Amino acid sequence: MATGDLALGQEQGALNARSRVINDFSINVATVNGSGSQSANSVLLKSIFGMGVPVSGKNLFPSNIAGLPTWYTIRASKDGYVARKRDTEILVALNPETAQSDFMGLPAGAAAIYEENMNLKQHRSDVVCYPVPFDKITASVCPEAKLRKLVKNMVYVGVVAQLLSLDLAVVEKSVKKQFAKKQKVFDLNFGAVKAGYDFAQEKLVKQDPFVIEKMDQTAGKIIIDGNAAAGMGAVFAGVTVVAWYPITPSTSLIEATTDLLKKFRVTPEGKATFAVVQAEDELAAIGMVLGAGWAGARSMTSTSGPGISLMAEFAGLGYFAEIPGVIFDVQRTGPSTGMPTRTSQADLLSTAFLSHGDTKHVCLLPSSVKECFEFGYEAFNLAERLQTPVFVLTDLDLGMNNWMSDPFEYPDKPLDRGKVLTAEDLKKLGGFARYRDVDGDAIPYRTLPGTDHPKAAYFTRGSGHNDAAGYTEKPDEYQAIMDRLTRKFETARTLVPAPIAVKDSGSKIGFLAYGSTDFALRESMDQIKKEHGQDVDYMRIRAYPFAHEIHDFVAKHERVYVVEQDRDAQLASLLKLDLPADQVTKLRSILHYNGLPIDARSITEEFATKEGL
Amino acid sequence: MATAAPAPKTNHIGLPIVEYRGGKSTLCAGCGHNAISERIIDAMFEMGVQPERVMKMSGIGCSSKSPAYFMSRSHSFNSVHGRMPSVSTGAILANHTMTTIGVSGDGDTASIGMGQFVHLLRRNLPMIYIIEDNGVYGLTKGQFSATADIGSKLKTGVINDLPAIDTCALAIQLGATFVGRSFSGDKKQLLAMLKAAIAHKGTVMLDVISPCVTFNDHEGSTKSYKFMQENDEPINEVGFVASFEDISVDYDSGQVYEVEMHDGSSLRLRKLQEDYDPTNKAEAVRTLMAAHENNEVLTGVFYIDTSKPTFIDLLNVVDEPLGTLPESLTRPPKSALDALMANLQ
Ligand SMILES: Cc1ncc(C[n+]2csc(CCOP(=O)(O)OP(=O)(O)O)c2C)c(N)n1
Ligand code: SF4
Ligand SMILES: [Mg+2]
Repeated sequence: MATGDLALGQEQGALNARSRVINDFSINVATVNGSGSQSANSVLLKSIFGMGVPVSGKNLFPSNIAGLPTWYTIRASKDGYVARKRDTEILVALNPETAQSDFMGLPAGAAAIYEENMNLKQHRSDVVCYPVPFDKITASVCPEAKLRKLVKNMVYVGVVAQLLSLDLAVVEKSVKKQFAKKQKVFDLNFGAVKAGYDFAQEKLVKQDPFVIEKMDQTAGKIIIDGNAAAGMGAVFAGVTVVAWYPITPSTSLIEATTDLLKKFRVTPEGKATFAVVQAEDELAAIGMVLGAGWAGARSMTSTSGPGISLMAEFAGLGYFAEIPGVIFDVQRTGPSTGMPTRTSQADLLSTAFLSHGDTKHVCLLPSSVKECFEFGYEAFNLAERLQTPVFVLTDLDLGMNNWMSDPFEYPDKPLDRGKVLTAEDLKKLGGFARYRDVDGDAIPYRTLPGTDHPKAAYFTRGSGHNDAAGYTEKPDEYQAIMDRLTRKFETARTLVPAPIAVKDSGSKIGFLAYGSTDFALRESMDQIKKEHGQDVDYMRIRAYPFAHEIHDFVAKHERVYVVEQDRDAQLASLLKLDLPADQVTKLRSILHYNGLPIDARSITEEFATKEGL
Repeated sequence: MATAAPAPKTNHIGLPIVEYRGGKSTLCAGCGHNAISERIIDAMFEMGVQPERVMKMSGIGCSSKSPAYFMSRSHSFNSVHGRMPSVSTGAILANHTMTTIGVSGDGDTASIGMGQFVHLLRRNLPMIYIIEDNGVYGLTKGQFSATADIGSKLKTGVINDLPAIDTCALAIQLGATFVGRSFSGDKKQLLAMLKAAIAHKGTVMLDVISPCVTFNDHEGSTKSYKFMQENDEPINEVGFVASFEDISVDYDSGQVYEVEMHDGSSLRLRKLQEDYDPTNKAEAVRTLMAAHENNEVLTGVFYIDTSKPTFIDLLNVVDEPLGTLPESLTRPPKSALDALMANLQ
């Protein structure tokens, strides 16, 4: 007979259709950084996806290359909730150092899979325990000792697959995709999966209630991380100059961009239609972006908080000299190095006003991988249309984790290259004034270096200039430019992605949020309805400057909760600067800033407390 | 009897020199920077460079203002203090078909801008980089810069007790492919060097001693007119013959080091010091170091390499400017996105 761990009484452990928990739980895989568990985690995630069940994965990793604890959580949710869940129901403990504390942190009724010599079951009896001789199984399928550390991860996939009743054929397909074209590697890895699966089948008795059953919720969907999506957006926007400096969590955005450029943007003669430069620092990266934007290229950089700080002086130059450029900021916790591998939304204020003097910037705020792609694309159109640096703020959670999405749609519209005068235009016009508002939208015309007309050139400077780009220190001339820049920001307000009224039911309570907070907030709204019978409205903000719809939304509600992932209520502060004075007192904040992605339960609890529910 | 004014002299692309002039200088009368602007105008005019094909770049300082005072028909970018190299890099990546000339100061380059300067050299970015070197921060009223010689004295009596950074030695070590030093007061040498610079493909780094008459032209300064007149030691006599000129001039090949430039023009360096070989890096750096010991200010072309690939060569980009490539070349088709999406399912 199979020897399951019978820590739980026969009655509690017995499974029947009523007590089963189908497609609604989280798995926490605890490993050591550098142990190569990513492929295994990805295979498990994609196998659940392959079963048609909505799924999301989150990597909680340390700022370290090898040796420190790492957790990967996979959430299966029949209702399509993809935010982090506070509790996880299944623990795969592969890191002896954290095994005990991970185990003790499980809720009652959870299940734990662990290397048998860890002997975790002695610590508590309200968790189903599955000890597995991982090392023995691994050795049996992997003769080569130095590969065992990697292969062991695949054994855990097999064990979990069997316990959750995953279809082994679906798992096989995921392994195949993971190791595309490398038959030998596939054989080794799938062999390990199979060994784990067989072990579980023969030796473990299923006593926990968690199972995956086939659904049809993922047909036609894709899985991708936000950084790869944003990079893809940039490539389909025809980016030509990329300058960057390595920093987690933004590096993979550039890597994705570069891979796609190499794939799609090399001519039959083998010449590149792009340039990617690893700059000496972020000061240089944004300098290159502005130089390139000035000379007509679609240019971009990508960074995180510390890099944003270094870009400050140039950001002001870009704003004042009116030069296009796209800057991605994949936010992480600060200040300073903070927790570089943890997520945050705390760069919003410093980015919106990045630099000295009277400066403010257009910021796009995607909240899904699909919007990372769309805004990654649209940012270039806006930068050239508005002739200004455009910032795209995502965060580590959105950028580096895998998310399910509808496939991205090809942007059919032609690129908007903005108001650029050619030599022919100049021949007709007889000349131009670089900073003059000709069209009434406060956006002037520009020319590019190399335009073959004696009146094409102008002098670009960060010092005071008049509308003909001449040097000035005259108060009225300087102020006229500053006032036009304010009007240009008003034009931006009408061009940036409009907010989305996710729910507008006439409730007297409203929510405002942006970015990756969206997932948890939508789940929380369902909890609030279910647990407190309260309907709440929600408008999702997608850009700064704030569109007028946001003012209307606040005006319509008695109380508006602003939910965000930073300590000082930066989004609420920015809103307060924008809202009419009588609306400001309506704002309340729900804040989350411990480095972990925000979860629905935390929002619901704080909302209930604040509302006295 | 009234005679018609003679038609102005034009260059080989048919432009008179006025088409190379800039706005009226707002720098101090007698400032070395003004003389350098004049030589840039002469060189561009004599080389017949189409002004619309030039990008003028600068950082911040009196020197960095000077692009406003030459070549108004060329696009110009007066950027931020010390960061002209990165802006130039971006601009050149966007349009590598332009002739790019950057003007910086000794403060702009050797202090705040050192980080970007060394990487520009290392990349052999195709541009002319001029340091208008006066040993002080002119625009902020005369503090020492990092090129001030040890022992030199400010007007206030303050003595510099830190060693000077030799930007030429640095440029040679770090990868610039045309390195020289000149003096704003030496019209002939500076003009010849600038013309050769225009013909060169790669980073040209010219350190031009350019006295600040307001803050650093007194007794005790090593960057004054007087000091330069007394201590300027040319290492070679710089001659330049453009590709469109008659090059069948006789010279003694034993006395002249001839370098053929990319565009077919020729740089002729008449030997003034022993057997100075301007293609030998280590020798060039050694010579510069020795000159410091002897309190000499060496001028001339110290180093040249016409074969090293530029940053643009290394990036292997298309011949056309990247910035203005048509959408058909920069935007992958729908089928590309569809394939990516299928692969992610
Ligand atoms: C970030 C920053 N710091 C300081 C300044 C002030 N500043 C303007 S010009 C200058 C020094 C210029 O010296 P140099 O490059 O030698 O030019 P010169 O005026 O001597 O020609 C300084 C420190 C500035 N503009 N920006
Ligand atoms: S202060 Fe010195 S450097 Fe500046 S313009 Fe006057 S003379 Fe030239
Ligand atoms: Mg100076």
